[in-house]
Amino acid sequence: MSVLIVDYNLSNLGSIRRSLEECGVSPVVSDDPGKLKTANRIVLPGVGSFTDGMANLRKLGWASALQEAVWEDRIPLLGICLGMQLLAEKGDEGGTVQGLGLIPGEVQRFVPEDSSTRIPHVGWNEVRKAAGNRLFEGIPDSLDFYFVHSYHFIPRRKEHILSTTPYCGNFVSAIGVGNIFGVQFHPEKSGRPGFQILKNFLKV
Amino acid sequence: MLKVRVIPTLLWKDPGLVKGIGFDSWRRVGTMMPAIKVYNTRQVDELIVLDITATFEGRVPDFESINEFSAECFVPLTIGGGVRNLEDIKNLLRAGADKISINSIAYDNPRLIREAADKYGSQCIVVSIDARKSAGGNYECFSHCGSRPTGKPLDSWAREVEELGAGEILLTSIERDGTMQGYDLDLIKRVTRNAGIPVIASGGAGSYQDMFEAISVGNCSAVAAASIFHFTQQTPMGAKRFLSSMGIPVRNTNVRGESP
Repeated sequence: MSVLIVDYNLSNLGSIRRSLEECGVSPVVSDDPGKLKTANRIVLPGVGSFTDGMANLRKLGWASALQEAVWEDRIPLLGICLGMQLLAEKGDEGGTVQGLGLIPGEVQRFVPEDSSTRIPHVGWNEVRKAAGNRLFEGIPDSLDFYFVHSYHFIPRRKEHILSTTPYCGNFVSAIGVGNIFGVQFHPEKSGRPGFQILKNFLKV
Repeated sequence: MLKVRVIPTLLWKDPGLVKGIGFDSWRRVGTMMPAIKVYNTRQVDELIVLDITATFEGRVPDFESINEFSAECFVPLTIGGGVRNLEDIKNLLRAGADKISINSIAYDNPRLIREAADKYGSQCIVVSIDARKSAGGNYECFSHCGSRPTGKPLDSWAREVEELGAGEILLTSIERDGTMQGYDLDLIKRVTRNAGIPVIASGGAGSYQDMFEAISVGNCSAVAAASIFHFTQQTPMGAKRFLSSMGIPVRNTNVRGESP
């Protein structure tokens, strides 16, 4: 299986590459959108701000190539952390910016519930999965995954929600539409359950 | 519910793993790689690795070694020591760091915090503050591994780094470091009282009870510790079991040496 990790100059590529290797595949890290043609799976990682992320995706030619790969070639894609957020129609980190528009919704900053709620949301928090989704197959409900983020994805449609997590109310910690998936937590840093997410993605 | 993290700190002084007392009298306690492997196997909540001589020696971070560490580390990894600019941050992230700790350079060039947060997001930027009690019960911040007074009072510097976009503060008491006499609760409270970002308490943990107090009294989001794990039989997992018994929300109290 050919797994492509999108290198848009803004990510913790080492961790995700090593984790996928532990899951039994040999991913290719590439900054060349031409490589999408031969990929069976696409992983869009991300550490960074929405604005810089989109700017880099556009500059390097990824934005339209990714849309084509998931819409026309139906290649399964997993966005992680910022990579999930970039799937949205727009984000408001560093001004309102248009996203990849692969999943209807927008990305907003957390609003603290009270003065004791600290932003960013950093650490281990539970993931409550929606019934019957392939990404969480074999993973018990309410396990802890590792999060580190200040913004969250607000999907327009409830049926796209794959999991929620209790912080500043409940936010959406995983989304999915057809062959497109996104997780706000870091499966590559979440121990066994995280590896299971990656394996499930490789199986879809 | 968001869990309180227990974070082992590994201090790295070429080529070994060391621990000192009061940021001095460094003693070699092992080598880095086996320590990282052990903590990875034990599924700790997070790891902090600090190269304590890089800034002193005017060296760039040792990207190659960090690349090797991260290849064996599937737990969240914060790397610090010798970071001077955006290029260093980029290269550390590429080498496998999840978060970057910035310390000395921030005093000379506070704008780096803002630039790094704009580019990589606040969540990626941990500002490390080493403080020492000064006359009148106030605290002063020190750079260069605790050796250089910066003249910055703790309260205003903590506020400033948050305003500049720091995502977390790693707060270390220089006097308590390595003493295992307990965290400096006043120090922690002074920062957590006004901070809107998570604070990691560091310096002085000698028992699980110390950690409990840093959390319950100091109100920190995470406790970091080194000596207690190097020099006693106490472990991160033991700490979490104790904290859990005291009603503190922690993660995974029943993993036993499982690999991922």
